[in-house]
Amino acid sequence: MNLKGKAWVFGDNVDTDVIIPARYLNTTRPEELAVHCMEDIDPGFSKKVSKGDIIVAGKNFGCGSSREHAPIAIKGAGVSCVIARSFARIFFRNAINIGLPVLECGEAVESIKAGDEVEVDLERGIIRDLTAGREFAARPYPPFLEEIIRAGGLLEYVRRGGVGRV
Amino acid sequence: MKMTISQKIIAHHSGKDYVEPGEFVFADVDLALANDITGPVAISEFKKAGGSRVFDKDKIALVPDHFAPCKDIKSAELCRALREFAKEQNITNYFEVGRMGIEHALLPEKGLVMPGDLVIGADSHTCTYGALGAFSTGVGSTDLAFAMMTGKCWLKVPESMRFEYVGRPRPYVTGKDLILYTIGDIGVDGALYKSMEFTGEALKYLSMDERFTMTNMAVEAGAKNGIMEPDERAIEYARERGKREFKIFKSDEGASYAEVRTYDVSRINPQVAKPHSPDNVADVYEVAGIAIDQVVIGSCTNGRLEDMRMAAEILKGRRVHPEVRLIVIPATQEVSLRMLKEGITEVFLEAGAVVSTPTCGPCLGGHMGILAKGEKAVATTNRNFVGRMGHPESEVYLSNPAVAAASAVLGRIAHPEEVVKI
Repeated sequence: MNLKGKAWVFGDNVDTDVIIPARYLNTTRPEELAVHCMEDIDPGFSKKVSKGDIIVAGKNFGCGSSREHAPIAIKGAGVSCVIARSFARIFFRNAINIGLPVLECGEAVESIKAGDEVEVDLERGIIRDLTAGREFAARPYPPFLEEIIRAGGLLEYVRRGGVGRV
Repeated sequence: MKMTISQKIIAHHSGKDYVEPGEFVFADVDLALANDITGPVAISEFKKAGGSRVFDKDKIALVPDHFAPCKDIKSAELCRALREFAKEQNITNYFEVGRMGIEHALLPEKGLVMPGDLVIGADSHTCTYGALGAFSTGVGSTDLAFAMMTGKCWLKVPESMRFEYVGRPRPYVTGKDLILYTIGDIGVDGALYKSMEFTGEALKYLSMDERFTMTNMAVEAGAKNGIMEPDERAIEYARERGKREFKIFKSDEGASYAEVRTYDVSRINPQVAKPHSPDNVADVYEVAGIAIDQVVIGSCTNGRLEDMRMAAEILKGRRVHPEVRLIVIPATQEVSLRMLKEGITEVFLEAGAVVSTPTCGPCLGGHMGILAKGEKAVATTNRNFVGRMGHPESEVYLSNPAVAAASAVLGRIAHPEEVVKI
């Protein structure tokens, strides 16, 4: 599957409180959460972002709270993929579990500029900065996670009898 | 093969003799926890995936604590979803308002977590239970839905970092200061994906409440879990409160660590984490004098009885500064009741503080003390991210309860000795 969109660049340690502030956690509806995505770090983000766009961030993206509302809000806002130098662990597993593609790639993060047109080949883990004409290889997933991702999330993986095999 | 305490608990719960860091396993969980924010998402995923009955009604804990007592209609709907699911599934460990507490203070207090357990919770501070020698870690709502269905959780076996605390802590230096100092040293991603194993002779000076504070904040360094080998004090705590047998695990001599760090705690002063990151840490002396508008003493980090005693000791016979609001939030009903019996509640009320019912409340900017634009607070909570306690332009300084109480008296950040000497 290929994803394509404009890059939105953020720094290190973007926490889940700025991805979706707790004052909006009194709802679980993705479309309501999406409206407030990134509000405290980039007001109006949800209005500016277009379907398919890609978040590019530094290290420890999604640190802090375990709220699954964070990847849900990002996905709900139309973001197709998050590329970061590293992810906080609960955010990472939440993203995998709900089927939001997350890729680790330090070189891409260093190189990609805000507004660049970026294409991601998820199957091969290739990130292309179409504006700059550069290509990067994301860190491959361990085979176990690859299976969950291919199934489209954890619960789909279970439905297909995944647990029995481990 | 040599293993750390975390490896051993994971191996034991996944039917293996040995697990290696980096290996993926499906582990059996002894307890799966959710609250009023993460629970409703987990319940809806559980239903969507065709779940009908939970794997074990005794091994799930549901605690409405974040927005409860409900702050608005929407949060009332979330709490209702949790309550109705608990009723439908006959969940043993559902704790209603008036009997509840902040989940990570409540579960150990109720004897629901034992040494050697493997616990997951849809809340990042689930790592708190490591103080009892349990492997506990925060997960998301889908993970929790999965655990409610199967009794299992997927885990990557973490590498471990070992932190050795030597020496004796100075007066007013607590578990909170040791963990803030450590996070300041390694950074908010210093233990990313790893286990933080806390050890060393200094830990023997710490009460269980202080130890829970330390393991509670392991997640603030990015860790998967924080853990301590249970000593006599931890075992006694578990025996007094627990209702089941437990197994003690200890790290092997010669187990492998990604890193070992040693701290002489006798050289550490009370610590304050400045805005807007828990690793932006300074000695209290460096920030003393910053004027504040509000003080919050509470949360899953510092809302336990020892915390309340420590704050009350400073506030006894003193008044909260006229321009400061002091909000005290006991973490559980039991803490609340003990405070009343020991005269602690009276100390706070006479000092001019608010004493609330248990709730996470302002810690995450929920309710019960939200900050306006430009306001500054000292809080005994765990995070001071942008907008965490209210307006994105408000500021939170994290400290121990004695520093928080002293700051409430003087209206500015202060070392407790500044107040006690007066």
